[in-house]
Amino acid sequence: MLGHKRFSCNHPSSTFFPLSRLFYRYRDLAPQLVPLDYTGQPDVRLPYELIGSMPELKDNPFRQRIAEVFSEDGEGNMTLDDFLDMFSVLSEMAPRDLKAYYAFKIYDFNNDDFLCKSDLEKTLNKLTRNELTEEEVRMVCDKVIDEADLDNDGRLSLEDFQHMIVRAPDFLSTFHIRI
Amino acid sequence: MPHRDFLLQCSFLFLMGHLLFTGWNCRECQTFVEKFEGALGKGKGRKLYAYKVMMAKKMIKFNRDFENFKTACIPWERKIKEVESHFGSSVASYFLFLRWMFGLNMVLFGFMFGLVVLPEVLMGLPYGSIPRKVVPRAEQANAMDYSVLLDFGGYCQYSILFYGYYNDARTIGVFKFRLPLSYLLVGVGIFGYSLMVVIRMMARNSNEGGDGGDEGQFTFSFKMFTSWDYLIGNPETADNKFASVTTSFKESIVDEQENQKDENIHLRRFLRVLANFLILCCLGGSGFLIYYVVKQSQDNAKKDQDELTWFQKNEVDVVMSLLGLVCPPLFETIAELEEYHPRVALKWQLGRIFALFLGNLYTFLFALFDEVNEKLEEEKSIKNATMWSLKEYYANYSSYHNTTDVPPLDIAPADVVRGPCWETTVGVEFMKLTVNDIEVTYITILIGDFLRAVIVRFLNYCWCWDLEAGFPSYGEFDISGNVLGLIFNQGMIWMGAFFSPGLVGLNILRLISSMYFQCWAVMATNVPHERVFKASKSNNFYMGLLLLVLFLSLLPVIYIIMTMPPSFDCGPFSGREKMYDVILETLEELPTFIGNIVGYATNPGLILSAVLLMVLAIYYLNVTSKNYENANLELRKKMQMVNDYEHVNKHSQL
Repeated sequence: MLGHKRFSCNHPSSTFFPLSRLFYRYRDLAPQLVPLDYTGQPDVRLPYELIGSMPELKDNPFRQRIAEVFSEDGEGNMTLDDFLDMFSVLSEMAPRDLKAYYAFKIYDFNNDDFLCKSDLEKTLNKLTRNELTEEEVRMVCDKVIDEADLDNDGRLSLEDFQHMIVRAPDFLSTFHIRI
Repeated sequence: MPHRDFLLQCSFLFLMGHLLFTGWNCRECQTFVEKFEGALGKGKGRKLYAYKVMMAKKMIKFNRDFENFKTACIPWERKIKEVESHFGSSVASYFLFLRWMFGLNMVLFGFMFGLVVLPEVLMGLPYGSIPRKVVPRAEQANAMDYSVLLDFGGYCQYSILFYGYYNDARTIGVFKFRLPLSYLLVGVGIFGYSLMVVIRMMARNSNEGGDGGDEGQFTFSFKMFTSWDYLIGNPETADNKFASVTTSFKESIVDEQENQKDENIHLRRFLRVLANFLILCCLGGSGFLIYYVVKQSQDNAKKDQDELTWFQKNEVDVVMSLLGLVCPPLFETIAELEEYHPRVALKWQLGRIFALFLGNLYTFLFALFDEVNEKLEEEKSIKNATMWSLKEYYANYSSYHNTTDVPPLDIAPADVVRGPCWETTVGVEFMKLTVNDIEVTYITILIGDFLRAVIVRFLNYCWCWDLEAGFPSYGEFDISGNVLGLIFNQGMIWMGAFFSPGLVGLNILRLISSMYFQCWAVMATNVPHERVFKASKSNNFYMGLLLLVLFLSLLPVIYIIMTMPPSFDCGPFSGREKMYDVILETLEELPTFIGNIVGYATNPGLILSAVLLMVLAIYYLNVTSKNYENANLELRKKMQMVNDYEHVNKHSQL
């Protein structure tokens, strides 16, 4: 339904730039790399290390996956467009379906469009910093697949994930970064 | 803010794209565009729309700030959240209960302080003016001694802290404040308010329904995908969040494992019956031991005090302390036979220790009533002696000076003959008990938890086996012991507040210091339970016990108010036949028709009919609530059926 529709707005000249605050946050990460004038659409990419050290992201266990999902090259190096996309999806105003789509991509560690058992195990270990025993991890992942897998293929597809996340009362308030 | 306009633009553009694919009809497109045109800076009504939007945003921000402020005003919220993330919701439930008790006690303190203590201090007679407000001459030599003060004697005893200080003048000060009436009403009102608050809390908790585990369809999925809060930007908060997520998973795993256990029903039932039988034997044995020891001490009291050993003098205290130390771990060991879910096991443990502590209460009240009766006897003899000597004085004066106009005796207040004032004695006993309780709790924590942790940590370097993993290792937080301690302490406060207005103030100090001390002790010296379990959502079990203790502590006070005669020379009811005579006197002063109304209202016939009506109302409400519950269940079943139907449909479609 959604397809991989990333939206990028044309940036008007700097005097009417409505996204100035986000732009300055992006520029502050590396002032020497990012020019002030973006009318020429320069090809500037900030490396993942700079993105991952932002105060909003540095304590998040999934920051690497977030950067990878929103970056063009899939490695976490982000252009301004990627940066804006990331914070708009994670903002208060983004619609639920959009957030669910990107959440699915973030938790899909091996990028195979399915949340298989190993993806779930990695998610759980990142969430608990490896504090649970192997048996407990296995039990939780089995239960998750049990609960959410509708087509009984032993892994969660996007439909399964959306069907479940739509019923979560906390999803919108936790999948949210304010910048 | 600029980026919001951007987001609105982007979501607008996105939706337009979406519309093209899914084909909203034209009508809806048009109304949508018209609605949001104003926000995009085109079309009419732009200014008004922009103003409305700005006001709405300001309102949202104001609401958010106000909510933040209200949350920041709740005391100890962060502390409790920290304990909860590391130790689970069951340990945190004790601290939440402690905080709720603090709120209750603050209100009680407000009543007592504002309506009884403050008027007496501001408008009553000062210290030293009348006999009841002065330390007797005989005791003045050591009234300031530290040991005497610690025992609440000396200047402590003749102060606003205790019943005996208050004067019985019907009205005091410029505002004609009726202190004795206020004292009685506050004494009874404390119970009334507590009762109301406890029952309201129980009713509110029962609304949230369920007892512990959530019966959601997607428990683990929600935990996995929605428990991390992406707004966290602070390493300490992140640490707490990691701990709380882990604990939450462990709690759900425990619940899940309970569901998956295989049952050998007969063996389990037999073991449970056996465990209950053993525990009943223990309780019976301890009850008999307490009764025997109390009897012994009564006999010993009649003998000569010098012939008794220390043990014989303190038999009761020693036996009670030993029982309190030995029985709870014994009950816990026997309870392992039962293999209950930890939450259920906690309730059983609470109930059993409660039964044990009732024995404690019985001995204390027994000793107290003995002392009170003794004081009453003493008072009678002093009263007789004083009246006789006054008669003698009048007779001598009139015969010596040959007049019948005898001036009143002019004696300094400190030299006047005093009655024993049994109410102050009772108040002092309650104060001493509370202080004792505080000391014992804190010392137990310091030795049992802190010293143990220090020893395990530092002796581990030079010990043959691993102290941390094996015996004795670090202590776990004893939820049942602490909750019961809190409940019984509150029972003592309720009983003693009538005789000692200062007791509620002491309790407030105790609760505040307890909160800080125990939070520190838990974080520094305890480890989480092996099987972390979720506290029951309703918390009604603690409230139920509290209600029971409230009734138990109400009975002695009401009995005393109704039947025992107040001391003749101390306290706000001195000189009257019974304490409640104050109310009758006040009624006499009011206009007669009110007196008539009260007279009719207290007619036994009327009261009996009212009681009958209330019983019928309770029966009716009970039946209605059962009907609602049934209707609820039916609806839930229907919803489940609809859900399953949808599930099956979706499955067949895929």
